[in-house]
Amino acid sequence: MTPATSAETMVVVAARALSSDDICFVGIGQPSAACNLARLTGAPDITLIYESGTIATEPDVLPLSIGDGELCNTALTTVSVSEMFRYWLQGGRVTKGFLGGAQIDRFANLNTTVIGPYDKPKTRLPGGGGAPEIATDCGEIYIIMKQSPRSFVDKVDFVTSLGHGRGGEDRARLGVTTKGPTLVVTDLCVMKPDPGTKELTVTALLPGATREAVEKATGWPVKFAGRVEEIPPPTDTELTTLRDLYARTAAAHGDGA
Amino acid sequence: MARPEFLSLKDAIAAHVRDGDTIAMEGFTHLIPFAAGHEIIRQKRKELTLIRMTPDIIYDQLIGMGCASKLVFSWTGNPGVGSLHRMRDAYENAWPCPLTIEEHSHAAMANAYAAGAANLPFAVFRGYRGAELAKVNPNIRSVTCPFTGEELAAVPALRPDVAIVHAPVADREGNVLIEGIVGVNKEVVLAATRTAIVTVEEIVDSLRGAVNPNACVLPGWTIKAIVHVPGGAHPSFVHGRYDRDNAWYKAWDAIARERDSFLAWMDENVLRSGPEAFARHAGARA
Repeated sequence: MTPATSAETMVVVAARALSSDDICFVGIGQPSAACNLARLTGAPDITLIYESGTIATEPDVLPLSIGDGELCNTALTTVSVSEMFRYWLQGGRVTKGFLGGAQIDRFANLNTTVIGPYDKPKTRLPGGGGAPEIATDCGEIYIIMKQSPRSFVDKVDFVTSLGHGRGGEDRARLGVTTKGPTLVVTDLCVMKPDPGTKELTVTALLPGATREAVEKATGWPVKFAGRVEEIPPPTDTELTTLRDLYARTAAAHGDGA
Repeated sequence: MARPEFLSLKDAIAAHVRDGDTIAMEGFTHLIPFAAGHEIIRQKRKELTLIRMTPDIIYDQLIGMGCASKLVFSWTGNPGVGSLHRMRDAYENAWPCPLTIEEHSHAAMANAYAAGAANLPFAVFRGYRGAELAKVNPNIRSVTCPFTGEELAAVPALRPDVAIVHAPVADREGNVLIEGIVGVNKEVVLAATRTAIVTVEEIVDSLRGAVNPNACVLPGWTIKAIVHVPGGAHPSFVHGRYDRDNAWYKAWDAIARERDSFLAWMDENVLRSGPEAFARHAGARA
């Protein structure tokens, strides 16, 4: 077997953070890959919820969109989108939200709206979708994002969804009682918010990654925890399961057909 | 009891969709009324305000063909693929005409449709906390709970002039069954102030007694026009009948990237085509 790429390792590390007790609101893309890998490996009883209304879904292939038929066909039940956001998300039934984004800052505020000014965009991004309320209604938030100075920035151009605001007790000041981002997994490292300042701090390095590489890929002077752990590489089972999932997905979406 | 008319797609759009209307064509990834959107393009409607939680290819096509002047949305893109190139060209470069936007979150729009269906003036929910959209969209405001003092988000109810959705089945009385990912399809039909148009895969004798007691059924008297268009949601999908054409969605990216290739595609596949072209997708499980 060829060794894991950093992108594959990132998904594996994110998947390891989930457990069978989690009720997880899943974003599309890498969050969806991580959540389904978790379901197929260490967290077989995890409940996955997608904003299309599909509850406890068990897709055999990764959905391209948030509402692929595969999600409904394999769900325990499918509710309306109004009900999803009112009873289930706002109702406080979801323990973890899994998000990605185009930009993140040191307090894990996310931008998926716009690069440049809102009214005169340099790049117009898709927008928030479910994220603004996922970020405040889920018990806690996990984030998965490829790390570069363009994505890990000193200041996000637009706060699409709240992380820890400007740090400290900012969430509480806004009346938000949920924990917010507690874990950020990148292709280089794992970051967690400092308990006091809430600034993201590197707590572990992915196999082969160095402090210098992390510093170079971060748009602010990034801090490291007193003890930085080394994450074990993906096991053969994790890697094979992930690659099979990607291969089934590519075949189902007509890639290379 | 008022029943909907069974019309051709051409007659339904001609009778019910006017220049300057506010139109919501919904379907959350599933049941997107593509055939109806194409007919609006063929009939060259102008100055439409288009509402949709997730502007998909159908709105990229309507915007790129100059039918729209405003877009109300909460997530815009080709899911899992990339940008809506025609939407961005209109918004950023005013091609083929200027487009203004009103941007919300999914929770806001889902609540706003439900408020519209419930004949309330606005929706209240716990949202937008710490999110900057509230700073750039004057329609995002707040109210104070009269009982607890909690500050909550408020947005105006969505009340489109016309709602258009696709559904698997109607019966001869015009009752419509929606199943699978139902999205906000029930809410948008009930929130519409003037007209709801439903395109369907199949027309059966009667839904009475044929579906489970809690099935999502819109009574015929909530709808003005039913149109039989098999395959009419393609490249979106219809639960149990045909799958989402994900390869098509990926292929659209290259077609829509440039104005010329977009216009050529639209000319061949929309302007010089008709709803009957969708029939080949009906029942075609991937």
